[in-house]
Amino acid sequence: MSDLTIENLSMRFDLPDGTHVQALQDINLEIKTGEIMSVLGPSGCGKTTLLNIVAGFLAPTEGRVILNNEEVHGPASDRGMVFQQGALFEWMSVSENIAFGPRMKNIQAARSKEIVDHLLETVGLHDFGEKAVYELSGGMQQRVALARCLANEPEVILMDEPLGALDALTREKMQGLVLKLWKETGKTIILITHSVEEALLLGERLLVMAPRPGRIHKEYQLPFAENGVDQDLREVKKSDGFGETREEILSMIWEMEEEIMGRTEAGA
Amino acid sequence: MIILTMYIAIFAGAYFIVSFFQRGKESKGFNALKTVTFGDESAVTPNRAAAFISVITIFLIWGAFTDSKLVPLHVTGPFVGDTSFTYTAKNAAGDTADGNVSIRVHKIGDKPDKPEVEATDSFVQNDSILVGAWRSKLINVKRNDEGYKEDGYQIVAIDGKPIKAGESVEVEDGKVALTEKKSLNFTPTKGLQLEPIWMPAPEAVVSRFIEIARDGYQNFGLWEHLGWSLIRVIVGFLLGALVGIPLGYAMGLSGWFRGWFDPIVEFMRPVPPLALIPLVIIWFGIWETGKIVLLFLASLWIMTIAARAGVSGINIAKVHAAYSLGASKRQLMWHVMVPNSLPEIFTGARVAMGVCWGTVVAAELVAAQKGAGMMIIAASKFQLTDIVLMGIIMIGIIGYGIDILMRKTERWLVPWKGKH
Repeated sequence: MSDLTIENLSMRFDLPDGTHVQALQDINLEIKTGEIMSVLGPSGCGKTTLLNIVAGFLAPTEGRVILNNEEVHGPASDRGMVFQQGALFEWMSVSENIAFGPRMKNIQAARSKEIVDHLLETVGLHDFGEKAVYELSGGMQQRVALARCLANEPEVILMDEPLGALDALTREKMQGLVLKLWKETGKTIILITHSVEEALLLGERLLVMAPRPGRIHKEYQLPFAENGVDQDLREVKKSDGFGETREEILSMIWEMEEEIMGRTEAGA
Repeated sequence: MIILTMYIAIFAGAYFIVSFFQRGKESKGFNALKTVTFGDESAVTPNRAAAFISVITIFLIWGAFTDSKLVPLHVTGPFVGDTSFTYTAKNAAGDTADGNVSIRVHKIGDKPDKPEVEATDSFVQNDSILVGAWRSKLINVKRNDEGYKEDGYQIVAIDGKPIKAGESVEVEDGKVALTEKKSLNFTPTKGLQLEPIWMPAPEAVVSRFIEIARDGYQNFGLWEHLGWSLIRVIVGFLLGALVGIPLGYAMGLSGWFRGWFDPIVEFMRPVPPLALIPLVIIWFGIWETGKIVLLFLASLWIMTIAARAGVSGINIAKVHAAYSLGASKRQLMWHVMVPNSLPEIFTGARVAMGVCWGTVVAAELVAAQKGAGMMIIAASKFQLTDIVLMGIIMIGIIGYGIDILMRKTERWLVPWKGKH
């Protein structure tokens, strides 16, 4: 196990009209093994780009990502990804979806079945193994997506708004599940979200990013994720400092949004 | 025109009668509680009574206009039986006299005797003729009249109504025209029914079906004709799919393939396969090779485009997820791209099978020794309308059957289609 290091990362998109967008500028991050970090920011701040670079779907224009003392080139099974929705394979049952990673690695069927059964239990889907994924509700589908990612034993789990499409109640339950999985598996997790509350609940470390150019605006170290592991999340939200931090971050993001609006209007 | 009017009348009449009887027992269930139904497509369900009456109406009208034994009501048929009219002739001396023409109108195929006529004592003699229903006949009435070769002889009236050459007069049960050569042409009343060579009765089509199913037609059994058409479709379609699907995948995955084949595919797609028949005949002849090539071309572009759409329509999250889970390119192809494109490929296959079925019939119309299309074109040359109708019905049933079969296979193989 090793830490994840992001060094001097910059990403520039050249547009067809000759201009360019600086999606990320000079990002430096050191993420410790077993850390859960949430990333917040207004739209266009480059958080999804950052995640895609770490996953290996995009190559940065400058800088590098280092995992296990090795530079990241392209996607690989040491970095698992959980998407918002639509990434499950409809032609496979729940179990087959979860077993996809082991199957790609030609792991024995018996061993693979053990992994699947264990994970179905972990995410609370033990009676749903033979179901088709399109028969499940949105929340259950995300449980499958989490299990599928875990079946591969990745070192880092990247989550791109995994709970964004769920209703409020399901979302709260799933937040609890993410914390439970984090604690049980000890994986490094990077989670992108639009919800400030979710970022506070699920991030022992919270990154607020700012747009144009995409950069790290502020970083927090928070106790709420640790507290949430064996406490009701609604209690955590009432605990000291939660409300204040939320307001602080909210107004920070509001300011950024207003600045973007102002710049757009001035430019128009 | 009459048929269309009747059809519309039955359509509207049945609507009012059925809605009168169905009033009060409105359909239950969720739709019954919707207040907005006009414009809500999901609230529109096919009316079973309408579907039933629609099919019955077609057979009723068909039977009513073709003197079918299966249908109780008929429109007036052609006149059949004995009738007569009188003609008045004037001889060279200026005298006039009447002659009677007895007519026996018989069904086509019957061979009755001519009616007997009595001799008269004037210069005009009575005549008798046989006429088939729906036909007409020239009657040379003057032939047995005295002095008809003299200049002054002429026919001046029919049933007392004056007539000149080129004119015609309505008589009981028909029409009489006077030709320039002083012959009379009698046409019995045709009625509204259609002659069997235009439109045979339903039972005639059924008995023809039984006959051909048993004895075959033009050296081949009915099932051979239909089977050959079907085999050509299946072979042509399979070849098209075999080449088209990999080509479509390649176009969806490689810029070089897409650039190379895009102009070809986009150009060939709008060319109807029927327009290729002449070229295919020139290149490959009129026998099996030509037909298979034509059907191959008909399905090739459809399958190529379907496979390309299946590949490019994939949610990129699925591809990313598969790579993150450790899949190689080969594994991605086999476990993700191919299954993900199946729904599109099935849609394409259904379209291609429909197009191929239509194309094979058309190709057989042009040249073939056996096949559904050959059967109907051969029959039409002999005015065997019942075989033509039977062939069209069989072609329709098989085409419909193919589509149902494809849908069943689709539901079985691609149960996730349209669900996310």
